[in-house]
Amino acid sequence: MKPISILEERKTQVFRKGSDEFDISCDKKSLAGSVSQRACVFCGSRVVLYPIADALHLVHGPIGCASYTWDIRGALSSGPELHRMSFSTDLSETDIIYGGEKKLEKALFELIDIYRPKAAFVYATCIVGIIGDDVAAVCKKVEAKTGIPVLPVHSEGFKGTKKDGYKAACDALFNLMDRTREESPEKIPLSINILGEFNIGGETWIIKDYYKRMGIEVLSVMTGDGRVKNFGSSHRACLNVVQCSGSLTYLAQKMEAAYGIPFIRVSYFGIEDTSQALYDVASFFSDRPDIMEKTAALVQEEVKAILPELQEMKTDLSGKRAAVYVGGAFKAFSLIKALKHLGMTVVLVGSQTGSKEDYALLKDMCDPGTIILDDANPLELAKYVLEKDAHLFIGGVKERPIAYKLGLGFCDHNHERKIPLAGFEGMINFAREVHETVTSPVWDLVPRKAWNR
Amino acid sequence: MNTAKSYTATRNACKMCTPLGAALVFHGIEGAIPLLHGSQGCSTYMRRYLISHFKEPVDIASSNFSEETAIFGGGANLKLAIENLTRQYSPEMIGIATTCLSETIGDDVPMILEGMGRMEDRAELVHVSTPSYSGTHMDGFHHAVRAVVEHCNPEGPRTRHRARKTVNLFPGMLSNEDLRHLKEIFEDLGVRLILLPDYSERLEGPSWVEYHAIQKGGTPIKDIREMGLSGASIELGTILAGMVEKGEKTAGSVLKERFDIPLVSMGIPMGVKATDRFFSALEEITAKPVPEKYKRQRGRLIDAYVDGNKYVSKKRAVVYGEEDFVAAMAGFLAEIGIIPVLCASGGRSGFLKQALNQILPQNIQGQVHVHHGMDFTQMEEAAGKLSPDFAIGNSKGYTLSRNLKIPLVRAGFPIHDRVGGARILHIGYKGTQQLFDTIVNTLLQNRQDTSAVGYAYM
Ligand code: SF4
Ligand code: SF4
Repeated sequence: MKPISILEERKTQVFRKGSDEFDISCDKKSLAGSVSQRACVFCGSRVVLYPIADALHLVHGPIGCASYTWDIRGALSSGPELHRMSFSTDLSETDIIYGGEKKLEKALFELIDIYRPKAAFVYATCIVGIIGDDVAAVCKKVEAKTGIPVLPVHSEGFKGTKKDGYKAACDALFNLMDRTREESPEKIPLSINILGEFNIGGETWIIKDYYKRMGIEVLSVMTGDGRVKNFGSSHRACLNVVQCSGSLTYLAQKMEAAYGIPFIRVSYFGIEDTSQALYDVASFFSDRPDIMEKTAALVQEEVKAILPELQEMKTDLSGKRAAVYVGGAFKAFSLIKALKHLGMTVVLVGSQTGSKEDYALLKDMCDPGTIILDDANPLELAKYVLEKDAHLFIGGVKERPIAYKLGLGFCDHNHERKIPLAGFEGMINFAREVHETVTSPVWDLVPRKAWNR
Repeated sequence: MNTAKSYTATRNACKMCTPLGAALVFHGIEGAIPLLHGSQGCSTYMRRYLISHFKEPVDIASSNFSEETAIFGGGANLKLAIENLTRQYSPEMIGIATTCLSETIGDDVPMILEGMGRMEDRAELVHVSTPSYSGTHMDGFHHAVRAVVEHCNPEGPRTRHRARKTVNLFPGMLSNEDLRHLKEIFEDLGVRLILLPDYSERLEGPSWVEYHAIQKGGTPIKDIREMGLSGASIELGTILAGMVEKGEKTAGSVLKERFDIPLVSMGIPMGVKATDRFFSALEEITAKPVPEKYKRQRGRLIDAYVDGNKYVSKKRAVVYGEEDFVAAMAGFLAEIGIIPVLCASGGRSGFLKQALNQILPQNIQGQVHVHHGMDFTQMEEAAGKLSPDFAIGNSKGYTLSRNLKIPLVRAGFPIHDRVGGARILHIGYKGTQQLFDTIVNTLLQNRQDTSAVGYAYM
């Protein structure tokens, strides 16, 4: 078997802490011919806007882009579920030749008539960028006739990376917010918006409950369990609390500029980061010491409730090695901390879209010898998982078979999972999942392990 | 009765796009790796989709278009992609499938490849044109099979003797277990089989000791090169046969044209009658009798039909998926007395109605509603008016079955919500037996679940 080699052009995206001394390259387009784990601009936009459950999400393009994304995400809604439908203009050859504007217009009128959505998002995919449909003009026309906001999302796959998709989604969100906003600019006391929280498995509900118990009013969530009308008072919040910084920081910046709302970046993953998030929000409202008191009580209560079980699992997990490969680097930070909490060491960490600062921080956080990867491919992931003899892989659907083929445990940590992993409650779910897979007896039968003994 | 209104938008599509089918084919060839010429997202999404069914690594490379590529053409990217892929995977074949993007900007892939010149020990470069705006994943699948066969069997005089005892078999998009069953049948017959594609080992292998860039298994390329010498070709799929009749080129028709290899076309062998046809064709081609083992399987199957006849007779089913699957499945259901009241596909070959007319008995045809180019939302609307007892097809029909409160029997591709989707056996007497048992048991379970009494007896 020939050893797996790293392509020359990718060498600055693979870093070994302790022996390498360069800046990890990032924001690079994926190399031609590589099997990147990344998705596209459209995917980024869809992730962010998907949870808005009473909006119509129409994918303008040939069928694939819509077909492959039908109901794949675990973002829950407490009411309408229009977001779970996969709508496509399903462009055919004649549309490609003569343009898809007419079809788009007709599709929009028809769908709005049937489903009565509160707004519509039109995702422009690769082909639309090539055939040059004026999506914005069609949206405008439909909007004028139907009276609901119809927003173009410029998410042509080849025009950048997933990050650009986040940006396109942020533009659409800001647009929506600005046009549906209430007259009054006045701040609502003790209020926040939650940004970058998508209610996977009900996570938004967990987080909102914490804030409620702290005495904080959540005006809107972007976009978990989202409704179009929820954004009406977003501009009146005192603070924007941004999670998963990769995706919605841009919107937070726009809101800061337009409405003077400051923002902080948080993560709700793991005990440390969740507590830190809540404390950070509490200290923002420092003129109300009672909030900090309530927060401290909440954290104490919640941590107390889960510690015994965590402790128990830790005995089994101590010393086990984990590999982490996720979309955004921010999630990786939290995962490293949470895994340490379980007594595990992280031997490989990487992300699809980390920034320069992210990687600098990752380098700081990791133990010597840890491999850090930007935009990795299956071969690289496998190479280092084997080299480091990891017990656990944390990633998404595309990484799962790599882990399983090589005989190590796996935990799903992206938008397609169905279990909430946020907050204190989520930490227990996470630990259980890790524990279940790492301690499974099946690994004893797997050839790689069995033969090593 | 009008069961379906037409809509402009597609809502919950019952089809995938063309390159997906092509990518799957290349995973069924030894040492081959698919490369999509277009944007990165397409290949990532298709990988995700295939991985969720096979639960195995399914690598699909991309030439990763950028904005400049889209403007100035993808030639440079494609070349670079081939070089990089060669360095990392050392493939024997690279299957280059175009996407909507590269097709629309008008990249001339054959010319680009030509421009790369020939190189010793470089992979075979096979190009297949798969714009998704015309056709579905099935078209991509068949086109890729044809492209590979054409590439490996260039026109010209044959230098070697014909291997009359060898049979080429183009099974279409069957499950891993189906492919394994076909191989078993030929082994039992003692006849050499060249099966294309064969992803049954690559996409369902054992756990590894070390990483395999390209999994083991697949049809060996040297075998594909010998297809031009075989005694006969078999192509499964009634729809595919219709295409051949219309003059469209398929792998089998190309071999017939170039090397005068007889082509036998028939439906996918689901059900007793279809499997009988399959075995008698084999008998004819190979001049070997059907092995005793299969006669016994047939006997047991018919006996089981008898035992279960009352539980299925006059039951009403919704059948959906790719067209050839629908045609074969409907034929099997009709054979046991189930009326396939709705036969629907997202495909649009134009042959579905005709195929079902041929397959289904005259007396039930009035009750069967056939729709091509249908999506799941229309299907649900249509099915709602037909009071079906159950639905049968891939797991994308789960939403429909849930909304209509009818059980779903999972079969075909993709199976995303269960394990073992690739291990479902649909064909032959043995596969039919498994389908039959599953259907009867599903109906029995449903009767039990919805009963106020809940007998533990049948
Ligand atoms: S652009 Fe075409 S090839 Fe790519 S996913 Fe969409 S339909 Fe499929
Ligand atoms: S066509 Fe473009 S937008 Fe659609 S999946 Fe492919 S890369 Fe993404």
